[in-house]
Amino acid sequence: MTTTIESPELIEPEEPGASDGHGTGGHGPDEHGHDASHAHYEGPTGILNWLTSTDHKVIGKSYMITSLVLFFIAGGMALIIRGQLSNPTSSLVNFQTYNELFTMHGSLMLYLFAGPFAFGGLANYIVPIQIGAPDMAFPRLNALSYWLYLGGSSIMTLSFVVAGGAASFGWVAYAPLSNAINSPGAGTDMWLMSLGLTGFSAIFTGVNLVATIFYLRAPGMTMFRVPIFSWNMLVTGILILIAFPVLFGAVVMLFCDRHFGTHIYSVSGGGVPVLWQHLFWFFGHPEVYILALPYFGIVTDIIPVFSRKPLFGYRGMVFATLSIAALSTGVWAHHMFTTGVVLLPFFSLLSYLIAVPTGIKFFNWIGTMWGGQLSFQTPMLFSMGFLFAFLMGGVTGVLLASPPVDFMTHDTYFVVAHFHQVLIGTTVFAGFAGFYFWYPKMYGRMLSERLGKIHFWLLFIGFWVTFIPQYIVGLDGMPRRIADYLPGNGWTGLNVISTVGAMIIGASFLFFLANLVTSWRKPVPAGDNPWDGGALEWFTSSPPPHHNFTHLPPIRSERPTWDYNHPEHRKDESHGDKRHREHDKETVGANS
Amino acid sequence: MYPTYGASRGVTTQGQDTFKLYSGMMTTGVIVGGLVGVLILWTIIRYRRRSDEMPKQFHENIPIEILYTGIPVIIVAFLFLFTVITENKVDATVPANARVTSTGTPVLDVKVTAFQWGWRFDYLRNNVSISGDVTNGPDHHGPQMVVPVGQTVQVTLVSNDVIHGFYVRDFNFSRYALPGVVNTFDLDVVHTGTFPGQCTQICGLYHTEMLFSVRAVTPAAFQSWAAGERASGHTLQRQPEPAANTPPADTNVTPSSALAAPSSKKGSL
Repeated sequence: MTTTIESPELIEPEEPGASDGHGTGGHGPDEHGHDASHAHYEGPTGILNWLTSTDHKVIGKSYMITSLVLFFIAGGMALIIRGQLSNPTSSLVNFQTYNELFTMHGSLMLYLFAGPFAFGGLANYIVPIQIGAPDMAFPRLNALSYWLYLGGSSIMTLSFVVAGGAASFGWVAYAPLSNAINSPGAGTDMWLMSLGLTGFSAIFTGVNLVATIFYLRAPGMTMFRVPIFSWNMLVTGILILIAFPVLFGAVVMLFCDRHFGTHIYSVSGGGVPVLWQHLFWFFGHPEVYILALPYFGIVTDIIPVFSRKPLFGYRGMVFATLSIAALSTGVWAHHMFTTGVVLLPFFSLLSYLIAVPTGIKFFNWIGTMWGGQLSFQTPMLFSMGFLFAFLMGGVTGVLLASPPVDFMTHDTYFVVAHFHQVLIGTTVFAGFAGFYFWYPKMYGRMLSERLGKIHFWLLFIGFWVTFIPQYIVGLDGMPRRIADYLPGNGWTGLNVISTVGAMIIGASFLFFLANLVTSWRKPVPAGDNPWDGGALEWFTSSPPPHHNFTHLPPIRSERPTWDYNHPEHRKDESHGDKRHREHDKETVGANS
Repeated sequence: MYPTYGASRGVTTQGQDTFKLYSGMMTTGVIVGGLVGVLILWTIIRYRRRSDEMPKQFHENIPIEILYTGIPVIIVAFLFLFTVITENKVDATVPANARVTSTGTPVLDVKVTAFQWGWRFDYLRNNVSISGDVTNGPDHHGPQMVVPVGQTVQVTLVSNDVIHGFYVRDFNFSRYALPGVVNTFDLDVVHTGTFPGQCTQICGLYHTEMLFSVRAVTPAAFQSWAAGERASGHTLQRQPEPAANTPPADTNVTPSSALAAPSSKKGSL
């Protein structure tokens, strides 16, 4: 909170085009009339602005653009993997390249796209605005986070070009396959370095978001009026602070094993290889929810808007999120059921229990839509895609919580299909729901509904065509991470279908890119609140001015903008204190 | 009673127990997931926007929320109960070095060693040792582990290099071969036949080709097979050691050396 205290009259909208070097232009109509009448913000523009900015909106967009680039690189790898598996004698890539490809596909998607896109990107941009703050609590730390992330991501991506190639042991890097004898190349060290750097980036962003949400909420924004998206980011931030330091410790120890002669994970020196798995999954399972909770938050914010109703069961949603987070720290060994060295019933029971708060979320989403007036613009369509994808991934996840069922499906394509349905359901369906939802806010212009809907339907169809056959082929015994299989296995047909599905998914993103290009070439102004949204970000201009607000509406519920725009529909029972109702139409200064 | 849902019904008693659990859980999942899916679909269709009328702005309904918290708790409690019952059966092992089980059936001890990239099956009491690396063995499907039906096979699974996964689809079972750990499990095979197996845990360059198979035969056929293997010199004392897979010290360097000089068998799957 060092650079952010200014009086409201000094605040003016951000210069269009100054924020990201791409030129935004097309500033939406500004209802509040604060456009040109204020002193100009003195700061660098263009590339220099991008390099030096500590503005959470600039950093958030940088995060999103970087992570989307990595998403497309990793998606391209997936298409090569699917090409290789499309027939049993394929020699599109050799074994070594294949092993590098699936390792980097997983690493880029999980470490460098899924988390950073939501947590570094959307959260960075949206959370301060949603809670009525002018910026993140520690703007310079925020910039450092991004640069660590960019550096770490570049190191991992560039590891393909070093001698020996990229890391090739899977994204989980089990010891002792990841030691100096079995993985001698520099690619492995770059992989470890990248995890270290991006891990600290995540930790710093976690600290920043937790501090921002605890200390920078606008007057009236009590914790139970914070929108669920920001709530989930708070819980995610706490989980990051629990999980990522453990990963960093594990990575440092592996590095010491590789270079300094320690034997922490090697049997020959008295070490314990399975220790890596314990440490990794103690990070890794909270990580699953670090990836998922932000995306749950996105759809929880979107569904009420397109249902024209408040969220059903707000407090239940908060407690469900908190219990998922708490349980997620005690289920790591369900990834290790087949090691034979973990206490099965304990980890099984806790894993089962996660289904309960997750079910609560489902019913709350349905309850929100129940009795509403649903309209299916692109963000809502993607949210519905998320519901179905995550339902399927969730149900198969319950099966995997059972150790005997895990014994029969572990490391087969059944598991591959399960976690892709969960992760694509969250990061892609919900992630792009959020992107379509907030893009008008970030750039002041609309995306094409027509192209957005084509993107959705192709993705949705491709998604099922890709992954349903993988469940079946997994149950038929196809292990994961194999580059080839025998014609006699009978897996060819299902793999061909899966590959066709992957190509459809790939094609769907061409329409996404076309949509972006169209919105730059022929901007359609968005206005401040194109979706009739209820949270605070829809109160300010699109894009928001420097330090986000010139003034704020009264905050009496988790939908202050809705309350302001629809005073006749505000109910006494909305979580707010009734004693504030008389201040109905007043506005308060941004930073008073 | 138990639809397969794409899985094997299992050829071991353990695998059959696992299958029944899987099938029951799948049925539960289809019902619960189906109901929720239909509910979502119905909500989407029923409440699609038909007018600009503002819907009722309700926030919560505590009894319903308690209901949909309580019912899932009951469902997972039952799933957990059946899981524990099955798990205790699947994980049960006869005591180490037992000659017979409590019901009197003979116990066959097989020590399975997974290595980069192959398998060795040591029949400790039969003085038989079978091993093979990536593509040798019958029809290039890797080495074959022969077991008798109707007897308890106690497998002790070890690895001296990296982690491998012992997995036979028709056993509905997999277990890691974990360096520094001896994993023990019992298999009671009930059907004769040949069942493909494969390493499921990424273990380096030739993970893809780390195949094996299990052939289940009658006890008499097993004894004559074992005698034949002993006569061929496949004994514990004189194990044939394929050049590519001398475990463990030399195999540790094969990833890089194999890269430098790719095997001619590469890609011949």
